Amino acid sequence: MSILLDRDTKVIVQGITGKMARFHTKDMLQYGTKVVGGVVPGKGGDTVEGVPVFDTVEEAVENTGAEASLVFVPPPFAADGIMEAADAGIQYCVCITDGIPAQDMIRVKRYMYRYPKERRMILTGPNCAGTISPGKAMLGIMPYHIYLPGNVGIVGRSGTLGYEAAAQLKERGIGVSTSVGIGGDPINGSSFRDILERFEQDEDTHIIAMIGEIGGPQEAEAADYIRDHITKPVVAYVAGLTAPKGRTMGHAGAIISAFGESASEKVEILSAAGVTVAENPAVIGATIAKVMEAA
Amino acid sequence: MDIHEYQAKEVLGNFGVAVPDGALAYSPEQATYRARELGGDRWVVKAQIHAGGRGKAGGVKVCESDVEIQEATEGMFGQKMVTHQTGPEGKGIYRVYVEAAVPIDREIYLGFVLDRSSQRVMIVASAEGGMEIEEISAEKPDSIVRAIVEPAVGLREFQCRQLAFKLGIAPALVQQMVRTLQGCYRAFTELDVTMVEINPLVITSDNRVIALDAKMTFDDNALFRHPHVAELRDKSQEDPRESRAADRGLSYVGLDGNIGCIVNGAGLAMATMDTIKLAGGEPANFLDIGGGATPERVAKAFRLVLSDKNVQAILVNIFAGINRCDWVAEGVVQAMKEVGVEVPVIVRLAGTNVEAGQKILAQSGLPIIRAATLNEAAERAVGAWQNDLAQGTKLGVAS
Repeated sequence: MSILLDRDTKVIVQGITGKMARFHTKDMLQYGTKVVGGVVPGKGGDTVEGVPVFDTVEEAVENTGAEASLVFVPPPFAADGIMEAADAGIQYCVCITDGIPAQDMIRVKRYMYRYPKERRMILTGPNCAGTISPGKAMLGIMPYHIYLPGNVGIVGRSGTLGYEAAAQLKERGIGVSTSVGIGGDPINGSSFRDILERFEQDEDTHIIAMIGEIGGPQEAEAADYIRDHITKPVVAYVAGLTAPKGRTMGHAGAIISAFGESASEKVEILSAAGVTVAENPAVIGATIAKVMEAA
Repeated sequence: MDIHEYQAKEVLGNFGVAVPDGALAYSPEQATYRARELGGDRWVVKAQIHAGGRGKAGGVKVCESDVEIQEATEGMFGQKMVTHQTGPEGKGIYRVYVEAAVPIDREIYLGFVLDRSSQRVMIVASAEGGMEIEEISAEKPDSIVRAIVEPAVGLREFQCRQLAFKLGIAPALVQQMVRTLQGCYRAFTELDVTMVEINPLVITSDNRVIALDAKMTFDDNALFRHPHVAELRDKSQEDPRESRAADRGLSYVGLDGNIGCIVNGAGLAMATMDTIKLAGGEPANFLDIGGGATPERVAKAFRLVLSDKNVQAILVNIFAGINRCDWVAEGVVQAMKEVGVEVPVIVRLAGTNVEAGQKILAQSGLPIIRAATLNEAAERAVGAWQNDLAQGTKLGVAS
């Protein structure tokens, strides 16, 4: 098994007629992902890369049995698109869109809570590279050739830094069970803690790599959870050692505005929870390899 | 996006928050004139810059005559004001706000923030107004009271009353406090604000609740739907390099070091800066060129990084996912030829089409130092910069 996404997961792409979305739909199909449809209001009846386009997510789900959705909808309309997916019974949604207003995300999260837990959609992102279960399926925009199938579960906020980690693992012949991007926005669908919980329960994941950065409380919250509930070894890296306080470093959420939000404080909190921290991003792969040998 | 105090007061005033009478001035003469218009015999003149800590830096002065206003503002206009929030370069004063002084009885701290833990709007208040919130958290943490707003129903009156009573507001003034809090919350949600800080909110000796200072930050991602808010932008308060970068779709933050960075992805950009630091150097900037980097965009990035005169080496680190290494390599070569780069350039490429990219760099005839890994790139960049320093010369493009 892997988490969130498997060989048989039926996927739709919201906003599939856009240039980016078309490109990555093709990529996902090539990788073997079961992309069964797309949604663009007013473009129902069209076909993109051989898959049918529907006007609404509801219609797409009724006709294809889709379980997961990838959202490429532009920022002003993305929140609405995510809510539409939640309402249509999509179980897992990845939102790639960068630039969604924070208060739209507050409304999205509030909206998702109107559904009972057993049918509540899981959301990862926005502003992320997506999720890949190597050798099985990909729901995102990552260069899939850098991921080998294996037993390391990766969860991170940054897309390219996640690639860096996966590539360092591949160099050592180490593979990945699932890699999940939770995105760089201040209000996001799933936290580190949410994904750690899934990796802990996943048989195929033997070790967890967590790639954080400055800003927000989620790394510290994850540290508490790791100390009390995670039995698998966890390796972490926190980017932004040199980031000044009060400045936004690219990601809307990467800003040190409170105590405990700097990289050095997060490193300290994670180390105290028993996490092995790679101090240098160039040794993430080597650190994971070392922890795997010791385990 | 930040706005000035006088702008924040106008915005909040429109939502029912009481503010002192005040008027804006662009010169000392205008400031005295404004004071006469406002009437009274005591005024506060306040330098308008996008940073806190103005009081201690001499940016807020109480005046009781035309002469005092003239003198106080002459010392402000055109000056760079340095506070603990501006950084050493300071921020220019081009506008001064003149306000009728109010008789202060009590000072309260009031803030509205996006709380990332509850993922909702949170109100933070303290009876210890006038101090910075960091100081209050460190010295009087027990004085801080909080309330989290349920987004579906908005800020309820009972929550406002609760806060008011916890702050020790006299019962007769609680209704004014409720109006202030609800006004701030409505402004927060209706205008996509990410932070409101009123420090201090004062109780006057004639029993009014008034916002004596106001700071607001707006969500850049939501400015598209608030054009009247977007108009409040004051570029004179921004680092010119950062606003130029933003206008070109690049994300740039200037720092104090001397190794310039050009990277794709925010996380990888921060990680690259960290690696430089660990290798013994200091990064000069954060720069994320984003996905789909065209040769033109890479050239813009080079120009931007080189506009910082402290830059003595440039490290390009690209992990191509959506990007293609050959295109980025072409961009680097083109940029170096066009821009005339005179500092060592270290390039690390990985991911899609990496061999093609390396070939382009190798065949360019340019003195590009290539690195295979992140670590090697950082070490070479720091080495090249130190070597350059030792030789006391700069590497020419033709050499």
